[in-house]
Amino acid sequence: MSPIEPKHHIVGQSVPRRDGIGHVTGQTVYVDDISFPDMLHLKMVRSPIHHGRIRSIDFSEAEKVPGFVRVLTHADVPKNIYTILCLIGVGPDEEPVLAVDKVLYKGEPIAAIVAETEAAATEAVSRVRLDLEELPAVFDVEEALKPDAPVLKHWGTNYFVYEGHHCRRVRLGDVEKGFAEADVIVEEVYNTSPIEHAPTETTACVAKPEPNGRYTVYTNTQALFFTLDNTALILQIPFNKLHFVGGTVGGGFGGKVDVITEPIATLAAMKTGRPVKYRYTREEEMRVSSTRSAWRMYFKDGVMKDGRIIARKVISYADSGAYNRHTPYAVTKHAANVAGPYAIPNVYIDAYCVYTNRQPASAMRGFGVTPASFAIECQMDKIAQTIGMDPWEIRFINAYRNGDIKPHQKVVEDATLIEVMQAAARLVGHPLPERLMQMNSWDREKA
Amino acid sequence: MAKLRGTGIAAVNYPTGMNLGGDPSQALIHATTTGTFVISLSSTDLGQGLKTVIAQIGAETLGVPFENVLIDTADTDTGPHCMGTFASRATHRVGNAVIMAAQEARKAMLEVAADELEARPDDLDTDGQGNIFVKGSPDRKIDLVSLALAAHFKYGRTISGRGMYIKPKSDVDPETGKMDPDSTEAHACSVAEVEVDTETGEVTVLSIKSAYEVGRQVNPALVQGQITGGAFMGMSHALYETTAPYYPSPDHAPGSFQEYIIPGPRELPEIESVVLEYPSSNGPYGVKGVGEMTANAPIPAIINAISNAIGVRLTEYPVTPEKILRAIEQSPKLKS
Repeated sequence: MSPIEPKHHIVGQSVPRRDGIGHVTGQTVYVDDISFPDMLHLKMVRSPIHHGRIRSIDFSEAEKVPGFVRVLTHADVPKNIYTILCLIGVGPDEEPVLAVDKVLYKGEPIAAIVAETEAAATEAVSRVRLDLEELPAVFDVEEALKPDAPVLKHWGTNYFVYEGHHCRRVRLGDVEKGFAEADVIVEEVYNTSPIEHAPTETTACVAKPEPNGRYTVYTNTQALFFTLDNTALILQIPFNKLHFVGGTVGGGFGGKVDVITEPIATLAAMKTGRPVKYRYTREEEMRVSSTRSAWRMYFKDGVMKDGRIIARKVISYADSGAYNRHTPYAVTKHAANVAGPYAIPNVYIDAYCVYTNRQPASAMRGFGVTPASFAIECQMDKIAQTIGMDPWEIRFINAYRNGDIKPHQKVVEDATLIEVMQAAARLVGHPLPERLMQMNSWDREKA
Repeated sequence: MAKLRGTGIAAVNYPTGMNLGGDPSQALIHATTTGTFVISLSSTDLGQGLKTVIAQIGAETLGVPFENVLIDTADTDTGPHCMGTFASRATHRVGNAVIMAAQEARKAMLEVAADELEARPDDLDTDGQGNIFVKGSPDRKIDLVSLALAAHFKYGRTISGRGMYIKPKSDVDPETGKMDPDSTEAHACSVAEVEVDTETGEVTVLSIKSAYEVGRQVNPALVQGQITGGAFMGMSHALYETTAPYYPSPDHAPGSFQEYIIPGPRELPEIESVVLEYPSSNGPYGVKGVGEMTANAPIPAIINAISNAIGVRLTEYPVTPEKILRAIEQSPKLKS
């Protein structure tokens, strides 16, 4: 098999992007450019503490702010407790649109204030008096799994339950037998940090009541129907009452597949009969909106002196923060990929989705695989160093080939790891032994 | 007090499509009387160039010029369902849906042209310049506007097509983790070169050089955009970015770009790449996907390069100057 030859008219051509000039000259219309003459603005009353019980909320001073229109609390939200992945069968529901009697993270939305101007809404939010009872908080994934940790979830644990299991499991071969047969055991723990998507355009939407009884929602979501469906479910209205418009987004990176601004803005439009804009400030984008999960990954590899990895055990913990969002699904994707693009006959993976009192994590570019690739590739260097082998060679020796079985029991079909390594070595002028340059992803005999 | 150089490598795979499938997308195409083919979607362009790439795939399959294809997205009243732009899925899923729709529309287009040119549809071809011609007789041809007008006013026919793509949803075996998590896999290998200042702990990334294999490239400049942007994002993840600088402590959470540090043009290293093309069996024109994977090889390549420079293995990111100075204190290589 060799690289394909171009034989198409337009596919394969670097035609200039059609929206490029608009983007770089500031002419592209984004959601925040949309406004209507009678439009209201929504701002959120947020938890100032990481974990606590809500004793009472006093809106009386907020209501006196000129321009104040109304407040929305959990009692106004028809289906207040939700989980966005219910659309693909993930449950149970566990995140409130607006907090009911407790808060699980600093920044959690408690009540929405709608006002004539953004400044009035901000001022009114600052005058809401919260009476909260602070509770012990937990921030470390392994601390959260200890018996004495504060319990965050109504089902009594701080982990997501995968079909009766406390983690996503992947099992291939017999990892303990592999460790017993190995010449060397190489262990390491890898940690990554929560990371902000940092889009140029912050999360925003405008919800507008239409004369025909429907609602038009202008939004920068990455997934229009997914957001529409979740909004209708939360508001308990027929799907066809909603009309979502979008398609041009100033950077997503996974940060705009949570359904956060649209349900509450649409509810505010329903309650007031006026268009409502809800846009995140940069501070909200950083301190409140979802992050990439932080991960802790314990690697244990059984390695032969000739470089072959014959057993890999990985225990991973994803810090989901206070709620699910997309993290339970990211953990499954992580479990499918954390053995890496290498042929390892014995694999044992336990990947946990753990809740802490942190702003929720969710989807981000690389979804559970970015931390896996980091840990795998640092571990490959550690193995090479441990057995005194060249870092290139250890990867060639273990690279998966087409026809191999992955730990999740799918046959490898589109492998080209060897080819990209050979191309990278050529690009940087790094001489590789002829033996490695002769390898390919279709024929293990030459290995 | 030295500046130490190091080199690091990393090789990665990346899966295309929503994990476990079950993520459909549809496309509808119709020709207007202006000779324009409108592709109606509800898919989102995040700035990566989806609207351009999908127009290229539609034009290729229809056999018409790129300029004659218009992308109408995203509106849930007029565009058919799309699961969304994530999971490196959009070009793969939406592209496949567009090919299916374009094949149906092309068939209708050739049938109308056959009537106008008094030929059989099988004897016709498109020249990619806006004409349909009789094979072997290039002078017997009709342009797209004339064709669209004839279809509408003379023959009472539509030129349109419907397309959809879904990888059926699969389940995970909870005991063994047996599953089908992807449609295809793309690959990359990055080589990073760094310089570490042992007095300040500061890292300068000198270069990130990579080889990618992403199946067919629909638009090489846009693939390059993903690779370059991803290399920069990877460098930023490896060295700078965190919302919890003393994780797991939640203190000192940044609230602005004054506190959440992202490198600027001054820190931009030399970024160079080559792209290999091995087509996937199920992507449009062999597409795999390059949307998400481009930070994944640079992060470990940079961190391995720093470990190589200072002689201590680093195991977490971001690798801040503070962490590097603490690591150097443990380095047998630098103590001696």
